[in-house]
Amino acid sequence: MAGRLLALWDWFDARMPSLAEEFRKHAAEYYAPKNFNFWYFFGALSGIVLVIQIVSGIFLTMNYKPDAALAFGSVEYIMRDVPGGWIIRYIHSTGASAFFIVVYLHMFRGLLYGSYQRPRELVWIFGVLIYLTLMGEAFFGYLLPWGQMSYWGAQVIVNLFGTIPFIGPDLAVWIRGDYVVGDATLNRFFALHVIAVPLVLLGLVTAHILALHDVGSNNPDGVDIKKTKGPDGHPLDGVPFHPYYTVKDFAGAVAFMALFCFVLFFVPEMGGYFLEDNNFIPADPLKTPPHIAPVWYFTPYYSILRAVPPLFNSQFPGVMAMGIATLILFFLPWLDRAPVRSIRYRGPLYKGALAIFVVVFLTLGYLGTEPVTVWGQAGAWLGHADRATIAARICSLLYFAFFFLMPWYTAIDKTKPVPERVTM
Amino acid sequence: MKTLLLAPLFALLAAATAARASEGGYPLDRAPIDPKDLVSLQAGARTFVNYCLNCHGAQYMRYNRLEDLGLTESQIRDNLVLTDAKVGDTMKVALSAKDGKAMFGAAPPDLSVIARSRGADWLYTYLRSFYRDDSSPTGWNNAVFPQVAMPHALWTLQGERAYGPAPAAEGEGKEGKGEEGGHGAGREMAWTQLSPGTMSEVQYDTTVRDLVNFLVYMGEPSAVNRRRIGIVALFVLGILFIFAYALKKEYWKDVH
Repeated sequence: MAGRLLALWDWFDARMPSLAEEFRKHAAEYYAPKNFNFWYFFGALSGIVLVIQIVSGIFLTMNYKPDAALAFGSVEYIMRDVPGGWIIRYIHSTGASAFFIVVYLHMFRGLLYGSYQRPRELVWIFGVLIYLTLMGEAFFGYLLPWGQMSYWGAQVIVNLFGTIPFIGPDLAVWIRGDYVVGDATLNRFFALHVIAVPLVLLGLVTAHILALHDVGSNNPDGVDIKKTKGPDGHPLDGVPFHPYYTVKDFAGAVAFMALFCFVLFFVPEMGGYFLEDNNFIPADPLKTPPHIAPVWYFTPYYSILRAVPPLFNSQFPGVMAMGIATLILFFLPWLDRAPVRSIRYRGPLYKGALAIFVVVFLTLGYLGTEPVTVWGQAGAWLGHADRATIAARICSLLYFAFFFLMPWYTAIDKTKPVPERVTM
Repeated sequence: MKTLLLAPLFALLAAATAARASEGGYPLDRAPIDPKDLVSLQAGARTFVNYCLNCHGAQYMRYNRLEDLGLTESQIRDNLVLTDAKVGDTMKVALSAKDGKAMFGAAPPDLSVIARSRGADWLYTYLRSFYRDDSSPTGWNNAVFPQVAMPHALWTLQGERAYGPAPAAEGEGKEGKGEEGGHGAGREMAWTQLSPGTMSEVQYDTTVRDLVNFLVYMGEPSAVNRRRIGIVALFVLGILFIFAYALKKEYWKDVH
């Protein structure tokens, strides 16, 4: 029996790229630095969430109806009449937010340890493309339950494209397929959400991992482990990804699953952040909700959009600012002029800038979930402006300052010497 | 470093338990509901089919799903299906949206998931805050939802009440909800009973509690089961983590 299986294996091996060879290349003999810490779990976890979303999404598609008259009801049908349907739906809705949590933490890891620096620029660029694609995926998916927030959120975002000078209004109609968000919009968003964007996402993830495995992983010390090799030709500070990181990531994945299940089974709405209260009201094109906010993972950028004052009655400057705020990420490898990668050997300027950036990003995120009146009005000396808007403007400026001033403060920062070998 | 990461997680968890507020500024009472109290849920279902289902539908909720509440199919058919619907049908309403709009000015919303958009506390306070208002088309108004199109469907139970500025204080005990509400105008708002209903205040509160309990159940019929499965899932993952962690330790003990 075993002999036959082995023969079958050889049969395949002779007729396609060797699977054993690929396994060696990407797992058993892919040497990863041995000093990965907590922050290095989130890449593997992002992959796991991607699989969770694809599998749960397939099962949702079996019962969901992309039809403006039926969509809301089909989701409730899944929640009530489909056996296990509610688990599948909550897995998918929790997974959407979980995806952004792990991706944000994964990106923050990059900022902490300079993972985007040479020679990993392309790894970073593929990563940013994944992030932007993921935003598109989340946006298209959010329309599908066809609740009030789905509907009006989509209306607001599509209208952003309408602010582009000259071509804007036509572009918005082209995106919607109608003059308002309607059945045509729902159908195309469904197509984009279940097949077009996921295909792009899978391709980008593959490119991200291939590029990473070509240059090798960074580590919390930012030390190049390939410089110090043992007599066997393997890095002294590296361990084979399999079994060392497969068992470590497995333990991390189980812990993550526990957190995931806690949300899924006990607080699936997460206080209205993962599933918004208003989205349990069917979409009504004639009734605008008093407060429209995107889901939490878009809110930092939504805050920037709202913070920019309109020019000639056009929101376009805000849309531009929002676009630049995301696209600037692509240039990070060239904005950073520091001779060291890791935060451990950076000087006070970068440490301070990163700390401010984290506070700013979280503040913008919070403000984006609230109406601009949330903090009341400032005094007469500021023209009674909304305090939250003032805060969002300051935070937006600091957000851009983090990136635009980076070539300057990273170049003059007092860095510490980087050791030859990694520290544990 | 680890605490730095966990802080936002805990902030999210804290937000998950944060209370909802009423947009009108009227303070919401906490609904003392218990999703495992089958007697309360059955009483709520009875109130729901008798008082709500005439105008509001629950078009995603099947009658026979009420077996969750410890009822048999024949009990449901005999006591809770008041229309000619079959026991496997959903709780549709005879009143069309168009007629509803003509009658009330707004079509009565479907109540299948109303508890998920409004929250239990809002519903519990709302259903106990109707008052007589001659200026409104239905003769009713609501302190939680001012100018609501819905008349007080449970008024025979609660009786008629008025809600307005309290008469000038004559050293009497400061009671009533207006006080907690902090209606900044300096005048306290107070409730007065105009005519009695068939129920005492305590009985009425209990009836509304049961009804809200039922609405919350109906918003997510699998909720009790969900938490039950969740405990098992977390237990299994906890055990699995012990082994996964031990395996990691074993592999990594030689790496230094």
